[in-house]
Amino acid sequence: MFNEADLTALFITVKLAVITTIILLVMGTPVAWWLAKSRWRFKFIFEAIVALPLVLPPTVLGFYLLVALGPDGPIGSTMGFLGAEPLAFTFTGLVIGSVIYSMPFVIQPLQNAFAAIGQRPLDVAATLGASPLDRFFTVAIPLARPGFFTAAVLGFAHTIGEFGVVLMIGGNIPGETQVVSIAIYDHVESLEYANAHWLSATLMLLAFVLLIAVYAVNRKLTYKSGYGL
Amino acid sequence: MSIEACFNVARGNFTLDTHFSVPSKGITAVFGPSGCGKTTLLRVIAGLEHCANGYLKVADTVWQDQHSFVPAHQRSIGYIFQEPSLFPHLNVQKNIDYGIKRSQGKNQKSSVDKIVELLGIAHLLQREPSSLSGGEKQRVAIARALAVNPCLLLMDEPLAALDQKRKDEFMPYLETLHAELDIPVIYVSHSSMEVSRLADHLVLMDSGRIVASGGIHEMMTRLDLPVSHDNDAAAIIEAKVTGHDEQYHLTHLEFAGGTISVTQKALQVGDNARLRLAARDVSLTLAHQSNTSILNIISVTVDEIIDESPSQVMIRLSANGVPLLSRITRKSANELGLKKGKPVYAQVKSVALLA
Repeated sequence: MFNEADLTALFITVKLAVITTIILLVMGTPVAWWLAKSRWRFKFIFEAIVALPLVLPPTVLGFYLLVALGPDGPIGSTMGFLGAEPLAFTFTGLVIGSVIYSMPFVIQPLQNAFAAIGQRPLDVAATLGASPLDRFFTVAIPLARPGFFTAAVLGFAHTIGEFGVVLMIGGNIPGETQVVSIAIYDHVESLEYANAHWLSATLMLLAFVLLIAVYAVNRKLTYKSGYGL
Repeated sequence: MSIEACFNVARGNFTLDTHFSVPSKGITAVFGPSGCGKTTLLRVIAGLEHCANGYLKVADTVWQDQHSFVPAHQRSIGYIFQEPSLFPHLNVQKNIDYGIKRSQGKNQKSSVDKIVELLGIAHLLQREPSSLSGGEKQRVAIARALAVNPCLLLMDEPLAALDQKRKDEFMPYLETLHAELDIPVIYVSHSSMEVSRLADHLVLMDSGRIVASGGIHEMMTRLDLPVSHDNDAAAIIEAKVTGHDEQYHLTHLEFAGGTISVTQKALQVGDNARLRLAARDVSLTLAHQSNTSILNIISVTVDEIIDESPSQVMIRLSANGVPLLSRITRKSANELGLKKGKPVYAQVKSVALLA
């Protein structure tokens, strides 16, 4: 079964995933909206930036974050100057790394969901007296509901599974920054296969249940068309 | 009050160059072929598209000029889209309430109830949009637009997405609204049938320009305009029911140029009705024929003749000032010696009662 350190790692992992998902949903929604609606010519540059963590090796991302957040990095030294502790090897550092690493998994489903709504419902709302902000909250967000669900689940699951970024930026401090994927690696290194099995099976089950939920619920959440015939 | 609009916009290879005014009452149809800019014109009037070079005044309010642009959500409009566009996440009642909540209490509950009743949707209020037919959706969309008591109703081919049966079901609701509500309507269409049934005024568009505008009766019969050379070219006349012939089941109607009989209709004496006389159903004789099966013979004078093809001419007639159209062969026109001012008799083979 789980030993105490494993349970702590599980708790840290879930906490990290929940916080990361919430931050990404709040910050990613306006970005996704802008990406879906903007007709700016150079929008593709930002689309590429959002997609970058998809193709970058996590260790590369983690390395640059470590450099930036470490005491001598641009962000780390600025924070030191302001009297704050550097973020490398802290839980906050983990959150920052995870937000960047899981960003495309939240923003892309939202962007697609917003784009799928089309202009018509927003035009209708405008002619009924709804201001742009009003239209966003009362039409765009409810109609993008399946996108929000997908984004939340993918962001959560992807954060749980990360390894390279957290190892680089968080190190492996039990009780502080040690997450399940790193704990599994530790167990395997020490030939503690039973512990590795328990944690691995837990993650596998969790991932499977989450994906089942995505596919089952998404069908239900999608509105049957009120448009056309 | 009236509506004054002037827009000038070039977009890619499309140019919208329009200047027109619309009376404050009745239905103004914007008529023209697909792609001539009708929808763009409507969107610009609604403020859904910003046309930099424009002027728009509705009643006493300037919605757009060189210095100001009132965004769509601050304009008092109702907009009916070609496809019925109900919010799928709200039921029918909540769809209707969406606009009411944002209209700062300009409307009264009684008027909303009346609109719901006129459109025959009272029994649908708790339904979800996905469970409605196309015609029902469109009726709800109209109720939703009217519920906010707008200054101007814009309709973009509201029947285009419906099949013929649904169109026939839907049309009476539009006619009822026309009769009951005192709100100017701009109605975009490329169907001459819809236009002749509903419109009071006609704005003809082609390639982004306004070709002509005016009252429906005059516009339908102006020989310098393409509508009068359409295959279905017809004159529209307004008549009043004067009586019924119970023996032969006919209804008699009177207009300024004479009387017309049609097969009996469920109309009361004194009711107004709109008649459509297709140009191809009107033939001409020099003398009043008595030995003919044709029931409706109207005394007219020739007003204008135009060659439509080497074989056919289109003639505008005046029945005591009411314009009619007749399409006959050039040979017949020559043999009858038709020319402007000549008195003749128009034999009307069939008359359609529109409303």
